[in-house]
Amino acid sequence: MTQASFDAKAARARCQRYRRRILDISQRVSALHIGGAFSCTEIVDAIYNELMRKPGLSSPDTFLMSKGHGCMIQYVVLEGLGVLTRADLDAYCTPHGRLGVHPDYGNPGIEASTGSLGHGLSMVVGMALAERGKRRDGMIYTVLSDGETQEGSTWEAVLMASSFKLTNIVAFIDNNDFQSLGRTSETHPSLYPLAAKFEAFGWETAEVDGHDSAAIFRAVSARKGDRPLMVVARTTKGKGVSYMENAPIWHYRAPNKDEYAQAISELETQA
Amino acid sequence: MRNTFSETLYQEATANPDVYIVVADISPAGSMGKFSSEYPERFINVGVAEQSMIGIAAGLALKGCQPFAYTIATFSLYRPFEMIRDDLCYQNLPVTVVGMGAGVIYSTLGGTHHTQEDIAIASALPNMQVIAPCDPLECVEATRWCARQKNGPVYLRIGKAGEPVLTANAEPWQFGKLRYLRRGSDVCILTYGVITAMAVEIADKLAAQGRSVSLVSAHTLKPLDREGITAALQQHRHVVVIEEHAPQGGLASQVKQIAWDVRATCRLDTFTLQDAFIHNYGSTNDLLAAHGLSPERILATIG
Repeated sequence: MTQASFDAKAARARCQRYRRRILDISQRVSALHIGGAFSCTEIVDAIYNELMRKPGLSSPDTFLMSKGHGCMIQYVVLEGLGVLTRADLDAYCTPHGRLGVHPDYGNPGIEASTGSLGHGLSMVVGMALAERGKRRDGMIYTVLSDGETQEGSTWEAVLMASSFKLTNIVAFIDNNDFQSLGRTSETHPSLYPLAAKFEAFGWETAEVDGHDSAAIFRAVSARKGDRPLMVVARTTKGKGVSYMENAPIWHYRAPNKDEYAQAISELETQA
Repeated sequence: MRNTFSETLYQEATANPDVYIVVADISPAGSMGKFSSEYPERFINVGVAEQSMIGIAAGLALKGCQPFAYTIATFSLYRPFEMIRDDLCYQNLPVTVVGMGAGVIYSTLGGTHHTQEDIAIASALPNMQVIAPCDPLECVEATRWCARQKNGPVYLRIGKAGEPVLTANAEPWQFGKLRYLRRGSDVCILTYGVITAMAVEIADKLAAQGRSVSLVSAHTLKPLDREGITAALQQHRHVVVIEEHAPQGGLASQVKQIAWDVRATCRLDTFTLQDAFIHNYGSTNDLLAAHGLSPERILATIG
């Protein structure tokens, strides 16, 4: 896809639909991470619908959700692609379903089990090495949380990806600046500036507004491609629903009936 | 044993382009140099980064490769434990985690380099298979099996260097089955791994005393050959377990469980490392002896 053909309006419509579907599911089962799913909605949408070739089970490219707790957005995107069924999502977190709060390898479209932070990027490095070793041109996409960059294992993998010159990795950091006990920039200010750290480790970097689908697409399309790419995406936790935005309680809470109605109404206004 | 492992893996990698090795800054031994120069894209040195070593091996396996992760046992199993649990076992990937120099082989390097609890820890993980060959020939068999299997993850506990050949005339090696190195009717010694050489010495001395001795390599610790152990308990008057491992969760405790379950009536003696770190220095045999694992002490009890 060329930049000129990027359809920002279509991306907006998809993301609105995804957020709405997640809110609908929250009225059946309360066990889901809405805040962290809404903060990376545009990123995951762009990966599947704009960046991956033939998204779905036959894609030569791979997406691994390193921040496993954000996988509700992955589920709804996979539902949209026909990889997961409506029945799958309706049975989310129930005894007769197969989808849980974190992605499980073996479910359709799920390339790796995650949920424990700091595991994804090393698996991405292994996948990228396999693609290179098998002379395939598969790209490996991943999304990390900003809190995940506190894990030492993440930095081991950062070192490996650039040292091994893995040009087939495109990673995003969903930099929503929130984790359980507060703003990451306040609890661990030395984590910032983030992009400069990846640059120092030999990655190509870009910084974007993580809710601007066109900007996400442009950042990846414009990459030089001689190093792994890290896109540090500024995002808002709970994006799209005013009372959820930047409110840590929505990391794991589900809206009640009234809150649900307000959230739907706000999303429709944004359409 | 590490040279045997390296040569066998090199042969497997020559036959199968999906065989990879991910190492954590360990000096190339034996044929590892040949592997790295002939198949550089499949020889991955992560440096001192064992968590990434396991994650990378998982990623390779998720893309259809048959990876081995290799370093000194304590660093290959303990440091990246959660990666082994989640990335390998939970996803049930055919990755072999090689614990080289396990037990107290690194005798003078101190407790940080000893691996006294690895069988228990690895065996506790669902989907994990655990193999500990007793000599270089069994190491060949085990390595080949690991390179060709698709069941799931394996923890392969191997020695280091200089282990004698003990199985030249033994019955064929079979994953998951006890292997009789010699058969008798009175005493049965069950053991595995490098300490099997000590068990051979003990068996020889018992035989010289006129005892009819079976000597068994219980190389597959998980899945353990319960039927085989039951038969050994039922067919011998006296069963002896010798292992270079803590008393909990290794072969000795499992044989005791089986003996209880099947109401075994034979005498059962177990000899293990103690539930304690070792602060002594000296040879491997010096350290084993510090925990009561010496031919003299064992013979004094069972003779």
